[in-house]
Amino acid sequence: MEKTWNNKAWFLVLPVLLLVAFSAVIPLMTVVNYSVQDTFGNNQFFWAGTDWFVEILTSPRFWDALWRNLIFSGVILAIEVPLGILIALNMPKHGIGVPVCLVLMALPLLIPWNVVGTIWQVFGRVDIGLLGYFLNSLGISYNYTQNPAHAWATVIVMDVWHWTSLVVLLCYAGLVSIPDAYYQAARIDGASRWSVFRYIQLPKMKRVLLIAVLLRFMDSFMIYTEPFVVTGGGPGNSTTFLSIDLVKMAIGQFDLGPAAAMSIIYFLIILLLSWVFYTVMTQSDAEQK
Amino acid sequence: MARITLEHIRHAYSEKAKAAGDYALKEVHHEWEDGGAYALLGPSGCGKTTLLNIISGLLTPSDGRILFDGKDVTQLSTEERNIAQVFQFPVVYDTMTVFDNLAFPLRNRKVPEAEVEKRVNEILEMTDLAGMAKRRAQRLTADQKQKISLGRGLVRANVNAILFDEPLTVIDPHMKWVLRSQLKRLHRQSRFTMVYVTHDQTEALTFADKVVVMHDGQIVQIGTPAELFERPSHTFVGYFIGSPGMNIMSVAIDGATARIGDQSIALSAAPVLKGQGRIELGIRPEFIKLGREGMPITINKVEDIGRQKIVRASFCGQPISIVVPEDDDIPADAKVTFEKQAIGIFADSWRAMNETGRQEG
Ligand SMILES: Nc1ncnc2c1ncn2[C@@H]1O[C@H](COP(=O)(O)OP(=O)(O)OP(=O)(O)O)[C@@H](O)[C@H]1O
Ligand SMILES: [Mg+2]
Repeated sequence: MEKTWNNKAWFLVLPVLLLVAFSAVIPLMTVVNYSVQDTFGNNQFFWAGTDWFVEILTSPRFWDALWRNLIFSGVILAIEVPLGILIALNMPKHGIGVPVCLVLMALPLLIPWNVVGTIWQVFGRVDIGLLGYFLNSLGISYNYTQNPAHAWATVIVMDVWHWTSLVVLLCYAGLVSIPDAYYQAARIDGASRWSVFRYIQLPKMKRVLLIAVLLRFMDSFMIYTEPFVVTGGGPGNSTTFLSIDLVKMAIGQFDLGPAAAMSIIYFLIILLLSWVFYTVMTQSDAEQK
Repeated sequence: MARITLEHIRHAYSEKAKAAGDYALKEVHHEWEDGGAYALLGPSGCGKTTLLNIISGLLTPSDGRILFDGKDVTQLSTEERNIAQVFQFPVVYDTMTVFDNLAFPLRNRKVPEAEVEKRVNEILEMTDLAGMAKRRAQRLTADQKQKISLGRGLVRANVNAILFDEPLTVIDPHMKWVLRSQLKRLHRQSRFTMVYVTHDQTEALTFADKVVVMHDGQIVQIGTPAELFERPSHTFVGYFIGSPGMNIMSVAIDGATARIGDQSIALSAAPVLKGQGRIELGIRPEFIKLGREGMPITINKVEDIGRQKIVRASFCGQPISIVVPEDDDIPADAKVTFEKQAIGIFADSWRAMNETGRQEG
């Protein structure tokens, strides 16, 4: 289609621009403002330069949280993406099973995040939780409030339970767009199940997979509510991810300067990693043309 | 290479089918001879694709059996039946090169790489794709993709049959002609049984030794192009084959005479009619003589189509087409005579009897 250039079009995006400016850009600027100043209260601010950035970047507390977060994102991507693809491949394509599966899949996505946290917090409790009680009666001394490994396992399983559906739904959308003729041709050509996946289904899912990976990465890297509700970042600091740490610093200790500096670093990391994911995945797509 | 027998095949897409109307294939009982080149001709939705998919094993028929060289293969998979099929819409594996696309059916069957190379290069040559063997298939045009689809059907040696489902629809007319003659040549060399689906009658008539005409889930006639033209066994064949199609008009039969309005037409023999039914007379526009003798008609329109003229007229209140040579002049009070040998009588759409009195159906 022919593209037309018309400067009046800017007026049409103006409302959105204003909205974004108020809700995102201005707060971000405020954060930048805080990050380079120090205060001892009374609304008196002093220029601090890059001090807070240096402090954050040299603090082990920040690096620990960052590593925890990277590992967490890595683990849940490694579980949710293959699992999501697997489930999507096995979902029915015709008949009454389709709406049933879709609704079942969409259910976890419809539950508010803090409720998800509460569900798992109760579910995992040793005294009244079904899961906790069951595991302990099997002889596993499961206790997510004391054992860091158990806390991690709980948070990861919860995230997988909550978000794999998103990957499933996106992949499923890619799969149903494949015309039957492709599968028929593959049968005539004597293709194996693996070849069908590799040469027909995967290429068709590629675009939606990119979106799924990006969304899951960004979301898991910013995860806050669920682990906060379940473990509160503990035991110790074992499940204190970046966002939890940030809130502790900003609200708990009221260290506005360092918290603002950390926010900016955090934001840049997400931006950078998303860009890396995006380029890597679209690059491999371009190579194949 | 195999003789393919279809025994009382019926197929319905829904499991609850009861009435005849629920069946996409009503009943097909037919044998495809080993090494034959068949064209399957019929209008959209008459069940051509369904029939092909049943032969190749993509569909299992609701009723009936399929035999290859006398061996029952009804329950065998597509893979085990060893059939190549080219689909109506191009299917290419986007992420592979053109070469790999063509090699795919061979590599899946563990054909040695040297042999793969040889076969694929032949096909690349034949489909005029040699220049783009190393290109990704994704960015190709629709007709190049269809050529790849076609090529994947032709690349395998020793298949039992090759089924083509309107393979040339998206290809431009000149290339269409080239590919069709290539297919014909390939058939002569390889002697594979070939079934070629189309709804273009010239395509059917040039490709095939035998044309199978389908209508509404049934095979209505199988014959050489000449047989279809001269003695259609169903009014649908008369109307579908030929341009313009056969003139069909309702008549009353009285011994060896057909009556239309106040006109009487003498027949070569008295047709044998079972029961009442709807009786029609069919005559091709080519076998009606226009002159000053015979039965009166009213001319509505004359179309000049080059070497011939088509006269559209009405005869006893029923529309009729007549083909006359280009330089014949058309008298003002035109009259027509029907060539006696070319008249067919149809009872409930099926041919009642031919000129020599032999019952057909
Ligand atoms: N997968 C399907 N499910 C249900 N009905 C189908 C299916 N495929 C075909 N049909 C129906 O079966 C009938 C025959 O279809 P078929 O595709 O065999 O026709 P065709 O002769 O190949 O037509 P075309 O020339 O349009 O390709 C049609 O009425 C069609 O609507
Ligand atoms: Mg079809």
